[in-house]
Amino acid sequence: MSIDMAQFHQVFFEESFEGLDIMETGLLHMQPGAADSEEINSIFRAAHSIKGGAGTFGFMEVSNFTHVMETLLDEMRDGRRTVTSEAIDALLQSVDVLRDLLTASQDGNDLDTDRAAAQKAVLEAILAGDGTAAEAVADATESLDSTAAPLQQITGWKIVFRPHQNILRTGNDPYRIIRELSELGEIRSHCDTSLLPDLAVFEEEDFYLSWEIFLDTPVDKQQISDIFDWVEDECDLAIIPLVGEVEVSEEEAITPAVTETAAVAETAATEPAKATVTPVAAAKKPAASAGSKSKGGGSIRVDTEKIDSLINMVGELVITQSMLGMLGEDFDMSRVEKLNEGLSQLERHTRELQESVMQIRMLPISFTFSRFPRLVHDLSSKMGKKIELQMIGEETEVDKTVIEKIGDPLVHLVRNSLDHGIEMPADRVAAGKPETGTIQLIASHKGGNIVIEIHDDGKGLDKNKILSKALEKGVIADGSNMSDKQIYELIFEPGFSTADQISDVSGRGVGMDVVRRNIYELGGSIEIDSRPGQGSAIIIRLPLTLAILDGQSIRVGEETYIVPLVSIIESIQAKPEMVNMVAGKGETFKLRDEYLPVIRMHDVFGIENPRFTRVTDGLLVVVEGDGGKCGLFVDELLGQHQVVIKSLETNYGKVEGASGATILGDGSVALILDIPDLMRLSRKMIPEHFLKSA
Amino acid sequence: MATILAVDDSASMRQMVSFTLKGAGYDVVEAVDGVDALSKAQSGAFNLVITDVNMPNMDGITLIAELRKLPAFKFTPLLMLTTESAPEKKQAGKAAGATGWIVKPFNPDQLLATIKKVLG
Repeated sequence: MSIDMAQFHQVFFEESFEGLDIMETGLLHMQPGAADSEEINSIFRAAHSIKGGAGTFGFMEVSNFTHVMETLLDEMRDGRRTVTSEAIDALLQSVDVLRDLLTASQDGNDLDTDRAAAQKAVLEAILAGDGTAAEAVADATESLDSTAAPLQQITGWKIVFRPHQNILRTGNDPYRIIRELSELGEIRSHCDTSLLPDLAVFEEEDFYLSWEIFLDTPVDKQQISDIFDWVEDECDLAIIPLVGEVEVSEEEAITPAVTETAAVAETAATEPAKATVTPVAAAKKPAASAGSKSKGGGSIRVDTEKIDSLINMVGELVITQSMLGMLGEDFDMSRVEKLNEGLSQLERHTRELQESVMQIRMLPISFTFSRFPRLVHDLSSKMGKKIELQMIGEETEVDKTVIEKIGDPLVHLVRNSLDHGIEMPADRVAAGKPETGTIQLIASHKGGNIVIEIHDDGKGLDKNKILSKALEKGVIADGSNMSDKQIYELIFEPGFSTADQISDVSGRGVGMDVVRRNIYELGGSIEIDSRPGQGSAIIIRLPLTLAILDGQSIRVGEETYIVPLVSIIESIQAKPEMVNMVAGKGETFKLRDEYLPVIRMHDVFGIENPRFTRVTDGLLVVVEGDGGKCGLFVDELLGQHQVVIKSLETNYGKVEGASGATILGDGSVALILDIPDLMRLSRKMIPEHFLKSA
Repeated sequence: MATILAVDDSASMRQMVSFTLKGAGYDVVEAVDGVDALSKAQSGAFNLVITDVNMPNMDGITLIAELRKLPAFKFTPLLMLTTESAPEKKQAGKAAGATGWIVKPFNPDQLLATIKKVLG
């Protein structure tokens, strides 16, 4: 029967990647010299499992690579080798190599065997470094069998099998062994019962029988001794070759084997020394870069508790539904009371169910935070800085999509703090600060949002430098009226970077605006604040879930639209003196010190009978998106409520200016506005806009 | 039909062993480490136990020693899953009372052949 092992592969990969994380965290915690026994053991076990699984499921390269890591770890956990920082670093790098090997195996791409071989050599060098014997030679000498060249033709074997008295206590059954022997060929046996004691002294758990067994088939001696492998130490065993009826002396048969073993040992020892340099023949399939097959959607681990409570709630819902169903069958106004009761129960259960289901897609943000200890460790040693990372609120639960998409922006922000924020140790001491800088990553739930903060105690943002750069790049015309905070937020503008040198880590000036856009796409917002000489703080707010939105309904003509609440700054009634036509920009209105464009909703969406066509008659909803602000000219404000976001793409197609749609209580469809998109759309339409009279 | 207790901290190995054995008609109970296995052993009847060696909370060899102390497991075949490069482990296992071992990595057919030999 052959079983398709591929069905176990997914679980193997999942647990292997988890194992790698355990190894990495453990290695980062380890201090050279004294190694906590449980810590090393868990790292060892993780490597051991990966090696075992890889071998079992056919990923031999992975298994071979992991074997060397496991050997090193084994020596360290046994105390045969002291833990050095050199070894820890080599193992950390090996974790990276292994991760890539596993990813390539999972995606079906070519493995980077050169890199693996190079890293293996590093590990082997450490292993060979202080004389702890390389295992390779030992392995070679183990598996040598002494099949003698028979001097005469062997026709069978005589096996003398005398199990020790306690053999049964090992769970081995002599009859089972004899049965196995019988599978090799015909056997004749003679049982020796001479050792059976009197019933009075007979121990029922002991074994007193022995056999002489004749096997009349010329099989390999190895096949016979294999059968007795497990009970080697629990019996007296002799396997004697027979020619016809004659026993052949064992000594004659054995001698050639001795010289053979010496020769084999030699060749085995030289093999590992040879470098495995295989010329790269055909072009290899490129290793998966971000964007190809690597897992994005995939699966999610959910606490069975969450599933159970979900099942409960659905149960309640079904009860309520059938109750309402019964009411409906035979309804009259006298039962209105009961109907209302049922409906409010329905509302309650639906809301509970909704909250519960959202919970399922939530994962602790530690999934995203987990990469940072390593990042900070590596980058700070690369830069020669001393930096401590504190992570607070890792248990905070966040939607799975947020976890996937917030990672890269956070990495960029933390790298910035590492690179431009925290100063070199000498500079810090000179400034009266502790030599080790601190970066804090904090996650919390506040008022229906997830708040992620990055604090550093570095040198803070340089207001003047930012301002001069912004003026130089033409990002702003005049910075005289800007508050400190507004100046700091200039760094989010595209093409902005005050780094003197574009370092490898950050400074290309494409980072911050992409970060902000990514956060907007998640429906969130980002703020930055700073105190010169003391540090900076970045605060990111994200909605609790991506499937539901807090929205403000607005009416234009007969149509209802939803404006995401998070984009709304305020709503005002425009006064005539505030509104102007500006050449080339269309209509604008003045809000405090800024001139913001007016977007005539009925024009942009082609609505035929708006209630108001004069800006000053209707309402202006001031919104912000992607760094810009504008005013939406609408007829009326309706209520604020939570709406369920339905995808337009899957149900219809992309609609410019809208990010999705929702179904209102009366069954009609309302588009959810995408503010940045809307602004882009209206800018495209400005020439017409300009021609129409206000 | 025989009931087997399969112990391994790796889910993929447990799944593979379980699937293989169930496919051959055996009943299988899984445990994630020695502690889990011991508690399941005390409330169930098993014809054979197959266990990994390296596990958290209680390793395979300690498990074997503990199982042998239970009257129901005095003569039960207890098999270890071990890697080929650890002969000391085989010795330690035997000292603890192991019946025998299966060398990792193994394929399902090897597993079944060994189990069949032991259980008949």
